[in-house]
Amino acid sequence: MNTITTTEALAAPAAATAAAAPRGAPAWRAPLVVLVLGAAACALAPDQLGLMTRIFITALLVLSLDLVVGVAGLATLGHAALFGVGAYAAGIFALQVHPDPLIGLAVGIAAGAGLALLSGAFLLRYHGFTFLMLTVAVSQILLSLAQRARGWTGGDDGLSGFVMVPLLGRFEFDLEGRVAACYALAVLVVLFYVARRLVGSPFGLAVRGIHENPVRMAALGTPVFRRLWVLYTVAGAIAGAAGALSAQTNAVVGLDSLSFALSAELLVMLILGGAGRLTGAIVGATVFTLLHHTAASINPYHWLFVVGTLLMLVVVVSPAKVWAWVRRRAGGVR
Amino acid sequence: MNTFLNIMIDGLAYSMVLFVISVGLSVTLGLMRFVNLSHGAFAMVGGYCAALLTREAQWSFWLAVPAAVAATAVLGAALEMLVLRHLYRRKELDQVLFTIGLSFVLIAATNAAVGPQVQLIPLPSLLAGSVDLGFRTLPTQRLLVIAAGCTVAALAAWAVTRTRFGIWLRATVDHSGTASTLGIPIRTVQCASFAAGAALAGLGGILGAELMPLEPYYALKYLMLVLVVVAVGGMGSIAGTLVAAILLGLIETASKYLASEWGSLFFFVAMAVLLAWRPNGLLKR
Repeated sequence: MNTITTTEALAAPAAATAAAAPRGAPAWRAPLVVLVLGAAACALAPDQLGLMTRIFITALLVLSLDLVVGVAGLATLGHAALFGVGAYAAGIFALQVHPDPLIGLAVGIAAGAGLALLSGAFLLRYHGFTFLMLTVAVSQILLSLAQRARGWTGGDDGLSGFVMVPLLGRFEFDLEGRVAACYALAVLVVLFYVARRLVGSPFGLAVRGIHENPVRMAALGTPVFRRLWVLYTVAGAIAGAAGALSAQTNAVVGLDSLSFALSAELLVMLILGGAGRLTGAIVGATVFTLLHHTAASINPYHWLFVVGTLLMLVVVVSPAKVWAWVRRRAGGVR
Repeated sequence: MNTFLNIMIDGLAYSMVLFVISVGLSVTLGLMRFVNLSHGAFAMVGGYCAALLTREAQWSFWLAVPAAVAATAVLGAALEMLVLRHLYRRKELDQVLFTIGLSFVLIAATNAAVGPQVQLIPLPSLLAGSVDLGFRTLPTQRLLVIAAGCTVAALAAWAVTRTRFGIWLRATVDHSGTASTLGIPIRTVQCASFAAGAALAGLGGILGAELMPLEPYYALKYLMLVLVVVAVGGMGSIAGTLVAAILLGLIETASKYLASEWGSLFFFVAMAVLLAWRPNGLLKR
């Protein structure tokens, strides 16, 4: 399985840069497909716009996790910290300063990137299991702080009571969630394009190289720590954007946005879709959220049965192999 | 002063429960390189078996506890033989996903079979009373917990370093191929150490039932605590796990006594500091 991901990992960025691979898809193609599919789904199921919005936001979050886990190869269980910080920052900004959605989005991005910058400087000095446990520690410390600072975050009751002003001064957030869904889809598509370009850039190739062999990349003169730090910060910015979107479209931020359970679920979604490919993140988030929506509405314990079985199946029948098989069937064209 | 002594004694009991559950995981993780996140579920199974045997089947406590521990060991051995041994050579992430999925299924199954309410293990009259320590009274059960923790620590250290089985285990870990050609039954060794780890988790689940209430989400709720202890103590190091369990158990208890409004903040800060200081475990440089 390892060898398959390796060859694919090397093929994916080459395909992403149009100049490097004549047969490969340009960076804008997959985001465009997402845009068309997302818009079509919204048009076909106008009564499920809330679910659609959740799928778009989750996809964005898993996309940022894929940059960390799939591209850079840093297994983390604390990704919810970056999401939650973005959500709380956007919520507090809307409540205390100004309820404009786009400025709030920028604040969320800045908060996510800021936390990733600060915590990355500490976390990225460690590897493997230690790194994993330290990311958990960071998110749990933030959770405890958010619980304690009731005045700012509302503690266990959650942060609520903010009303966003119309998007761009024109589109009001309606009750059916039409504007919210379009807004989330637009942000997802733009950031997906950015992530694709990033992964296909020389910087992205360097990060993939570090994933494959950090010692050799260091010997080649790549500043390993700095590359990973920048990548972690970018992933933090995207996760912060997802947090801000979630705060603005739901008009509430709960402590569960910082929880360990969210981090673990995100990882499940990523593995389900296939890590390291960015499109896999979006597929995984969509499938998982749809499954969750149908199974959890019946009984939360049934949901555990479903996701538990799914997890064991994913290990026994690896999605990477299935993807490779599908791609071979499709004639090797992505 | 009184508060200090209270913290020390309650913290010690808590630490011992943490240690008994963690040491099994430390062995599978460190010695067999298998990331077993269903370890919390084993503790839960042990606790549930003991609770059901004493309450529903009216068994004596002293009979029910060994039976529950044995049942957990059998479950661990069966899982190891049927599925988990195929995952030894897989990537860590695969092991993590599979065992987390297994925990989810066990949680859902427990809930479906027994229900979501908290399970209590009725104590025999010998343990239900309390001992007068002069400055406070202490439930006798806590004394049993502390004694059991010390016994497990001593036995585990002795078994790994002094017995033939311990030698086989370490040889299998170092190079299973060579160990096998020397006639060491490596499959038996792996299976037995996995079962022993599961049994210890079950014992910890029973001993800690008063401190960590048994309910279906138990498997995930306390998994994080156990993982933290193993990470800080250093994988595969029994002494390190003991030191880490005592340190972190005391810190958690002290912060519950003195600063409960901060939640688990101090526990995780302590973990981050200790891990940053000694990334490979407290007792390893």
